[in-house]
Amino acid sequence: MHWKNTLCLPVALLAALFAGACGSVDIDDEDLDAVDGTEAAAVVTRVDPATAATVNGKVYFEGDLPRARRLAMDAEPACAGLHTKPVYSEVVVPNDNETLRHVFVYVKEGLEGKRFETPTEPAILDQKGCIYLPHMLGVQINQPVRILNSDPTTHNVHPTPRNNREWNESMAPNVPPKMKKFPREEVMIPVKCNVHPWMKSYIGVLPHPFFSVTGADGSFEITGLPPGEYTIGIWHEFLKEGVTTHKVTLAASESKSVDFTLKQAS
Amino acid sequence: MPTSIGSAGSYHYFAVLTACFTFLLIVAGALVTGNEAGLSVPDWPLSYGSLNPPWEGNIRYEHGHRMVAAFVGLLTLALAVWVWKKETRGSVRKLGWIALGVVVAQGILGGITVLWYLPAPISVLHACLAQTFFCLVVCLAWLSSPVWARRHGEANCDHGLNRLAMATAGAVYLQLLLGAIFRHTQSGILPHLLGALLVTLLAFLLIARVFRSHRLPSGLTVAATSLGILLALQLLLGLASWLLRLATADAVQPQFPVVAVTTAHVAVGALILAAGVILALQSFRVRSETSRPESRTPATAVNP
Repeated sequence: MHWKNTLCLPVALLAALFAGACGSVDIDDEDLDAVDGTEAAAVVTRVDPATAATVNGKVYFEGDLPRARRLAMDAEPACAGLHTKPVYSEVVVPNDNETLRHVFVYVKEGLEGKRFETPTEPAILDQKGCIYLPHMLGVQINQPVRILNSDPTTHNVHPTPRNNREWNESMAPNVPPKMKKFPREEVMIPVKCNVHPWMKSYIGVLPHPFFSVTGADGSFEITGLPPGEYTIGIWHEFLKEGVTTHKVTLAASESKSVDFTLKQAS
Repeated sequence: MPTSIGSAGSYHYFAVLTACFTFLLIVAGALVTGNEAGLSVPDWPLSYGSLNPPWEGNIRYEHGHRMVAAFVGLLTLALAVWVWKKETRGSVRKLGWIALGVVVAQGILGGITVLWYLPAPISVLHACLAQTFFCLVVCLAWLSSPVWARRHGEANCDHGLNRLAMATAGAVYLQLLLGAIFRHTQSGILPHLLGALLVTLLAFLLIARVFRSHRLPSGLTVAATSLGILLALQLLLGLASWLLRLATADAVQPQFPVVAVTTAHVAVGALILAAGVILALQSFRVRSETSRPESRTPATAVNP
């Protein structure tokens, strides 16, 4: 009687563990297959290079920014030994010209109903020096993402999406790259290494190729757009306030410049 | 005059040892949460497909937690068998098996947290079941102790004190639940603050009542004193934890001072719960004995 009562809870939990695990995977697979099927049925939009338009600009910041924080790699000799200089957080990286690096800029509205060819060329996400390279990555739905571990230490790669399937896989040194896809649109998917908790990256998954990430001069450029009216959106992991969308109308072969300004939430 | 605890005494020391390792396990678990290490080992029950994974980064905390947990599991199995062999009190024998069932369930919950990527309800349940298991082992240790076995014919403990002690232990458990919800869901701090207020109020009333009572056994007064000291420390740790979180809000987390203070906060919370449970148990023991003075049966019965 003692045995039966005592073992009841763990046995029930074990059953729930396996039943739940199997169930969730099946449902997800069905959903994801459905997404793939819908996509395949649509006609691919081809943009005539002669009429392709461009949007470019810069993302500025306003007000005081949090100071750059040094990453505490000292406790991890395998990571600290890979750097000769201190490494700083990439959460907020201001440029000298009062612009911001690592801002994801994309066409948010204006391309509904159009389908664009999925690139077969993989996007690269590397783990190098115990940081993710690049910090901000844009890919198309179902575009392969090639994940590398260039470090002599073990990492785990753990995306935490809201709209795609979560997974968490280890990557020992010198293992072959992982190839992954994200079948649903999502801006943005945080990617984390739980072994080295300062390691964070973001992946933007879009149904089209019209996105860009600001660089060392805070500029972006989105090329090859068909003429039309668009809403350009931006996403930054820390600064959420300010101008985050711009409406723009592009004529054939036109190039327009739009600038954004972000500030710290008050 | 104290009665001998006989053969049961041997498992008492083993139960104390198990309680100590369980406390260590709670500290190890708090370090896993504080260092955001819960998913640094993606597989379970093995770690990176092995019993000896690379000892790097946060893997140290997660795998260390698993190792201590496995050891506590083995200790609990041995304790349950020992209690079953040596103890004649049916309720205490049952408690040994319940503790074993809970530690197995806790291990499975730990696995679920890893395989399901730390769902908040499971993480909260895992945190609370840890405290439940700690309580059970503390109960086993206390029920087999010389203090429990001692007769208290001259002592005086009323129903009110016992009820207050049980209410305090219950409030501490509720407060640990609120703390776990706050920690694992990043929800508002208000419920946890209200819980702290309730625990402080009840503990204050309980301690005052213990020290106002006459002829209480030393076990109760020591437990009440410990409760007061631990509670004062806990309030300071809670405040420090909150201030540190605010001070390091825009820093790259986890920050060592935050991890250290929040881990201490969890650990002291467990000790407060233990003190509350001991007060509830001991006041019940004294009350039941003094309310039935004709009963002279030894408190700890053992198999020959």
